[in-house]
Amino acid sequence: MKRALGSVALHAVLLFGAGIALLPLVWMIAASLMPAGEASAYPPRLLPSAPTLQHYRELWLRLDVARAFANSLGLALAITAVSLFLNSMAGYAFAKLSFRGRDRIFRGLLTALVIPAQVGMLPLFLLLHEMGLIDTYAAVVIPGLASVFGIFLVRQYALSIPDSLLDAARVDGASELRVYWSIALPILRPVLVTLAIFTFLGAWNDFLWPLIVLADSDKYTLPVALANLLGEHAQDTELMMAGAVLTVVPTILVFLVLQRHYVSGIVSGGVKE
Amino acid sequence: MRAPRQSRRSGVALALVAPALAAIAVFFFLPVGAAFLLSLTDFDLYAIANRENLRFVGIDNYTRLLGDPLFWRALVNTAWFALLAGPLTIALALGAALALDARMLVGRSFFRTAFVVPVITTLVAVAVVWRYLYHPRAGLLNYALGAIGVGPIDWLGDPTYAMPAIALMSIWKGFGFPMLVFLASLQAIPERLYEAARIDGAGRWHQLCWITLPMLRPTFVFVGVMTAIGALQLFAEPYVMTGGGPADSTLSLVLLMYRQGFRWWNLGPATAVAFVLFAIMLAISAVTLRQRGGVDSAAPANAGWRPGALR
Repeated sequence: MKRALGSVALHAVLLFGAGIALLPLVWMIAASLMPAGEASAYPPRLLPSAPTLQHYRELWLRLDVARAFANSLGLALAITAVSLFLNSMAGYAFAKLSFRGRDRIFRGLLTALVIPAQVGMLPLFLLLHEMGLIDTYAAVVIPGLASVFGIFLVRQYALSIPDSLLDAARVDGASELRVYWSIALPILRPVLVTLAIFTFLGAWNDFLWPLIVLADSDKYTLPVALANLLGEHAQDTELMMAGAVLTVVPTILVFLVLQRHYVSGIVSGGVKE
Repeated sequence: MRAPRQSRRSGVALALVAPALAAIAVFFFLPVGAAFLLSLTDFDLYAIANRENLRFVGIDNYTRLLGDPLFWRALVNTAWFALLAGPLTIALALGAALALDARMLVGRSFFRTAFVVPVITTLVAVAVVWRYLYHPRAGLLNYALGAIGVGPIDWLGDPTYAMPAIALMSIWKGFGFPMLVFLASLQAIPERLYEAARIDGAGRWHQLCWITLPMLRPTFVFVGVMTAIGALQLFAEPYVMTGGGPADSTLSLVLLMYRQGFRWWNLGPATAVAFVLFAIMLAISAVTLRQRGGVDSAAPANAGWRPGALR
């Protein structure tokens, strides 16, 4: 009896918690579909009286959010692809190949993780300014070309690849690049998927850096465009919510589809005793 | 026969690490090194146009910072935010993890997903959403509070409530990540410890206090550092929700750095702010370094909390 009561209480508390966790997102979607003015009426409504897509249409066609969406998608995919490539090569080499100073270099790299990105931001801005790259897509991609965290994650995973497997391929006459490409990469797949999710979400959600290096609104990413939109359209609640939905929904989709890999990444990167 | 093969292999290894190392060296370590030099100069808009205007000012930027009330305001605000959001985030994360770990739970993966979804959403977008939820008249929060006789509160317009409001949103957005870390640690606790305790007649409360919490100790340190470091980087929430106001009550260190650097083009003083931030984070990271030995274990903590800060 006491057990059953405890179980009911546990489920009730969790249901309430899940409701609170999801409510802001549910309201965001509902408000984005409301006719103009309805989301700021009193008393507040949870569901639109007559759902409409007019705000999406306005954002997409008149306010050029389609452009920001394409920028965000292109930049996040580019950063993910390039960094996955560079990080997987380096992570594999740090784990499985020997070269002079390997462990010293790796330890040196790890110190980067205690340095917040903000410290180097201003000089990096000046460097890119010297290179004539400010207000270009390249400026957004450059800090994400490779990441110490990514190399770290790949290396930890690659350490578990048995040397005998790699040696067998070498005996069969495979070149070192071939061993990396055909033997190591397929084994690394799970950690690469995890890293891809982290990198994509990180790049898609990033705000401060694109805000700093992008000046021309044609190049804005979604978060920057959204913050900018707030300047003129703060009163148009429904329109702003439609913009928030367009920004957030891709992240939720990526997460829902690849959730398993996201969680396992936190487990392997986070807790190791 | 063996030697050339070995050296060829190390040549390939260098070729594999070189691109990533070069990118990190040029676009991360070089700027960080330059940042220290920059913080010792009066670099401003005139210096961007013409380097002849650049002067070395020693530690002037730092001494001036220490005499600037706005800097102290930002420092206190940031610490206040960390104190408001940090402990509650960790407590909620632990509570949720314990609940999700209960054996009798039905629908575990649904609840887990519901708590983690806010983590992966775009910070700027959900900050915009919460701006409207906090609306004093039409916002859902005041409506719900009104139903139980509280309010109305001008959440973002009142200097007393603005930072707590931002903290509340951050807790909502952030607790799912440490929850996953706690959950993983909980599942790693060997079942035989509980069995032994049960044989000794320990109730559930005793098991929690004498097995679960002690076993989670390293995770607490890890999650604590991760949360503190994430909290110190507060920027997008005040930028979007309050603009640092009202009356500078939500001006954070990173927001101050952004204004100094990219609004007013005082790059010297702005970099000094960044270094103060760095010093505080380093002091906090030192806790993990001592605790768990080596940079190795501190690494994910510093990269973790906000996937956006992943560099």
